[in-house]
Amino acid sequence: MKIVIVGAGPAGLAAARSAAEGVARSGADVTLIDGNHSTGGQIWRGGGAPEIETGVATLLNTRVASPDLLTFDKLILATGARELFLPFPGWTLPGVFGAGGLQALVKEGLDVRNKRVVVAGTGPLLLAVAHYLKTHGADIRLIAEQAPWSKLIRFGAALPSRKWLEALRLWNPCFSPSTWVTEAQGTTHVKSVSAGGKKIPCDYLAIGYGLVPNTELPQLMKVDPCALDEYQRTSNPAIFCAGEVTGIGGVDLSIVEGSIAGYAAAGDVEKARAFFVQRDRWKRFGTALAEAFALRPELAQLARPDTFVCRCEDVTYQELVAKASWREAKIHSRCGMGPCQGRVCGPAVEFLFGWKPDSVRPPLFPTPSGSFSMIGNEPQ
Amino acid sequence: MPEITIDGRRVTVREQTSVAAAILQAGVSSFRRSVTGEPRAALCGMGICYECRVTIDGEPHALSCQTLCVDGMVVETT
Ligand SMILES: Cc1cc2nc3c(=O)[nH]c(=O)nc-3n(C[C@H](O)[C@H](O)[C@H](O)COP(=O)(O)OP(=O)(O)OC[C@H]3O[C@@H](n4cnc5c(N)ncnc54)[C@H](O)[C@@H]3O)c2cc1C
Ligand code: FES
Repeated sequence: MKIVIVGAGPAGLAAARSAAEGVARSGADVTLIDGNHSTGGQIWRGGGAPEIETGVATLLNTRVASPDLLTFDKLILATGARELFLPFPGWTLPGVFGAGGLQALVKEGLDVRNKRVVVAGTGPLLLAVAHYLKTHGADIRLIAEQAPWSKLIRFGAALPSRKWLEALRLWNPCFSPSTWVTEAQGTTHVKSVSAGGKKIPCDYLAIGYGLVPNTELPQLMKVDPCALDEYQRTSNPAIFCAGEVTGIGGVDLSIVEGSIAGYAAAGDVEKARAFFVQRDRWKRFGTALAEAFALRPELAQLARPDTFVCRCEDVTYQELVAKASWREAKIHSRCGMGPCQGRVCGPAVEFLFGWKPDSVRPPLFPTPSGSFSMIGNEPQ
Repeated sequence: MPEITIDGRRVTVREQTSVAAAILQAGVSSFRRSVTGEPRAALCGMGICYECRVTIDGEPHALSCQTLCVDGMVVETT
């Protein structure tokens, strides 16, 4: 039997571990594939990921752009999530990064010592990123959280004590609820941002409005990552989904879902069932997260007529606002038809205009570059 | 430690440094020009946005955030 796992983040790694354990006796083989150059997904990028079990073949630098190239008996999709970016004047300036984006760049070698940084957007990631950057020498000027205190307090009251301790550890006096960036100023690089009625000079802006599941691969395989049975199985009994591709719920939920999917794929349902109680608990955390950090409607009003919404094709807000659907917008403006294939502007136009995403088509990534291949590499 | 060339300038970086981080570290702020000519730089840091495209060893449109620096590498921004 061949079990293939796509995504080597917390969910994919947990799935690989439990699948390898589950199939150790039967001699099946487990392959873990990731587009990145190392395992660990978003949170353990640049270190901290658990060791890969023996009996698991890893295939890195390998993005699955089309399902036709995959052969498997059981497939676990653990493709995780990306950041949500919302357009506002100045957001295309160099020096404006995603919140997790700037953290990733620092993890991979960027020195932020003495850089003045504004962290903004929403969600627990903001405090984590600000803490990470501060520990690496950055001068954090502001943490602008769009959610109001009232919601944050309600969220805090429902947190398990371990999460409370984490929040205390990450706490920063620059944290400002009900605050959001309305503009970034600069000509060739960001020089300042406007937030909460003030203009704040800075070298970098790190801004992310929460996370969006990477559902393109499940969609291409005609399975719904939100419609799963208790074993994380999709409507196709050979395909499982685990982690943030199924919805945003944090690293603990991702690990638990990965473990369940791995055991279930290997046929060890008893071991899988042992994680059900934990999964229920972390799912409640996910629900509380979504309520606390729901986006305020004002954020849909930040773009000006000449603000680019689609950064690949430089399509402005005014070119889009009168359109009826994303399909119509694409036909008239090429919005979403550049190399990111709508991964950045798609979730943004959904929030701005309520447009539902279009169907996805292979290949999922433009593949001219030699920095990654599809399924060309030999497992290590 | 790998030594790479960015726009004709030699820079030494730590092991496991991505090309995107090296470009920023070298003080270059524009990675590429957008279709209307605006300067653009890395945004997502995770291979999603395609804003960090540069030419690496003669290959155009390579994602600098997904590529690690290797000794002797030649990187060109626009
Ligand atoms: C940018 C960012 C930074 C974050 N930082 C933190 C933090 O500091 N602290 C914290 O608690 N939480 C953080 N989170 C949230 C945390 O990442 C998640 O809670 C958790 O990592 C989700 O685990 P996962 O395994 O579901 O997905 P991920 O960690 O997202 O892993 C998914 C993996 O799948 C791979 N992949 C996706 N599609 C394909 C494909 N088609 N082919 C091949 N490989 C593919 C990706 O390369 C990635 O490695 C961050 C999230 C993001 C997006
Ligand atoms: S920074 Fe977004 S793809 Fe490289």
